[in-house]
Amino acid sequence: MRNVFPPPSHGPLWANEPKRLPNWVELIRNYPFGVVGLLVLVIIFVASGLAHWIAPYDPLETNYANTLAAPSLQHWLGTDTFGRDLLSRVLYGGRTALFIGVSASIIGSTIGAMLGITSAYIGGWFELILERFLEVLLAIPTMILALVLVATMGRNLVFGIDFNLVLAIALPIVPNMARIARSQTLTIRRQAYVDAARTLGFSSSRIIAWHIAPNIAGPYIVMVTTFVSQAILIEASLSYLGLGVTAPTASWGLMLAGNAFNSALTAPWIVIFPGVAIALVVFSFSMLGDALRDIFDPKASAGR
Amino acid sequence: MLRYLLNRLMLAIPTLLGVATLTFFMLALLPGDAVETMLRADGGNPTPEIIAAERARLGLDRPILVQFGDFLWGLFTGDLGSSSWTGKPVLDEIMLRLPVTLELAVLGMIIAVVIALPLGTLAGIFHGTWLDNLIRIFAFGGIALPSFWLGMMLALAMLWFFNWLPPLGSNSLFSDPIRVLQQLTLPALAVGYRYAAMLVRMMRASVIEAMSEDYVRTARAKGLPASSIVRRHIVPNSLLPTVTIIGLEFALMVGSLVVIEQVFSLNGLGRLFVESVARSDLIVIQGIVVVLTIIFIAINLLVDLAYAAIDPRIRLGRG
Repeated sequence: MRNVFPPPSHGPLWANEPKRLPNWVELIRNYPFGVVGLLVLVIIFVASGLAHWIAPYDPLETNYANTLAAPSLQHWLGTDTFGRDLLSRVLYGGRTALFIGVSASIIGSTIGAMLGITSAYIGGWFELILERFLEVLLAIPTMILALVLVATMGRNLVFGIDFNLVLAIALPIVPNMARIARSQTLTIRRQAYVDAARTLGFSSSRIIAWHIAPNIAGPYIVMVTTFVSQAILIEASLSYLGLGVTAPTASWGLMLAGNAFNSALTAPWIVIFPGVAIALVVFSFSMLGDALRDIFDPKASAGR
Repeated sequence: MLRYLLNRLMLAIPTLLGVATLTFFMLALLPGDAVETMLRADGGNPTPEIIAAERARLGLDRPILVQFGDFLWGLFTGDLGSSSWTGKPVLDEIMLRLPVTLELAVLGMIIAVVIALPLGTLAGIFHGTWLDNLIRIFAFGGIALPSFWLGMMLALAMLWFFNWLPPLGSNSLFSDPIRVLQQLTLPALAVGYRYAAMLVRMMRASVIEAMSEDYVRTARAKGLPASSIVRRHIVPNSLLPTVTIIGLEFALMVGSLVVIEQVFSLNGLGRLFVESVARSDLIVIQGIVVVLTIIFIAINLLVDLAYAAIDPRIRLGRG
């Protein structure tokens, strides 16, 4: 007869659990797209971060004897109309794109999250006015809002980076993030631990910083990742239009601008590689963002 | 039904006023002197007197609230002011270019919907299979590829393989529809792909959700063939959230339109907008933002109409 009541096992409780795969194998199995995105991003971050040491040529070094050269062993991705090495320019362009994309996304999301949390926590007329204001901001398409901001703020170069450009890309993110942070906060502030904190007499700022903000960290990280890809696309578009990053700085959008199209008839590589670079980065950030969303909020993603 | 629409229309008015107000004050109050930027745009180096004279000519030396009142009154009477660059009325400049942009937007939208709905449904029904993964990669591509670059690639490909480029110049839809179609198909494909990607994702997610609903189980239990379950139960129910996204993501397409017009040298609203930004022509910028917002609101009203047509709960009067 089968032993219905097996003797209690010795050793710790978790010894009886089925053997689990290591965490990283599980991660790859559950989120293959996300892991690929993360890997590609790590490579791109390292490559463009070390552009100064990796890039085979100076991105600004012109060589009129060797313009529009096809990809070769000397110039892996070929050269552009000024004879500049495309690989070096793509690497340096990556630095610009990642810097502007990441900083704009973090600035926009952080301001948005702070506004969203405060408005939901304080409520009252502050919330009412802020809500209407953000609603109006949301009614203006992102790209249009960025262009309006570029038009009004002019340029403000700090260490070769146009800080106003970063702001122009960051501000359209604010209302989007604020809306998400607000809806999250509205549910969190009704939790018992928030009541408890309030009963203990903690100040509002302490409750927001220690009890509410950590609880929206998940959605915050997801949104930052998603907004980075949006910011990079907007930077590329603005630079393409001649309203973003300016000439000596390498930028993917800028590499496609001007008469790049005409030169591309004979030398398609000068437009193919910058575009592929943009697509690769945005693709990886979106996949990573999707995977993070699944990890942080499994119920909101019905197989998305 | 009518009440529902009127309700929506009334809700749109404060949004429009808000956008107009916000744009006005953003342009008026943000740091950076637009007049100076504008004068410098010709490569000149204006003295303070010239700047002051220009400000007076444009009426920018008046108190801000007077300017704002003027702007609002103009908005009511359909007068958006005159371009500080060309001196022509902004409304005329916009109306001249609006048709191209609208045609492009509608064509892009049609392409997106035609691609996205079947693909999204397929991906949802066969989720977890290779077909689903293929469609998901297709959708990821639409989100990742910058539409202006895709446009360039499409044009290059046409030039390489068929030695053909879209015709230039402005053509009227009514006098020469084929030419317009030739001109707009490539840019519409480029912006439509991106739009389609969003819709595919939404449609797929809602199909998956609908498939686990009780009514689908019931339909299967009573022996309905799979094709009619999909046609009569899954697709209509998944269309609702997707149609909402069609309206919301239109804003996204407007952003792509601005850039794609530059790629294909289309003389549309986006081109005018970019030119005005480069020249700091604030009055035109202001006018275009207002007009774009009106279009955005109008599209969302149309979407609400479509929504009402699909969803019996709204059609039958609760709204």
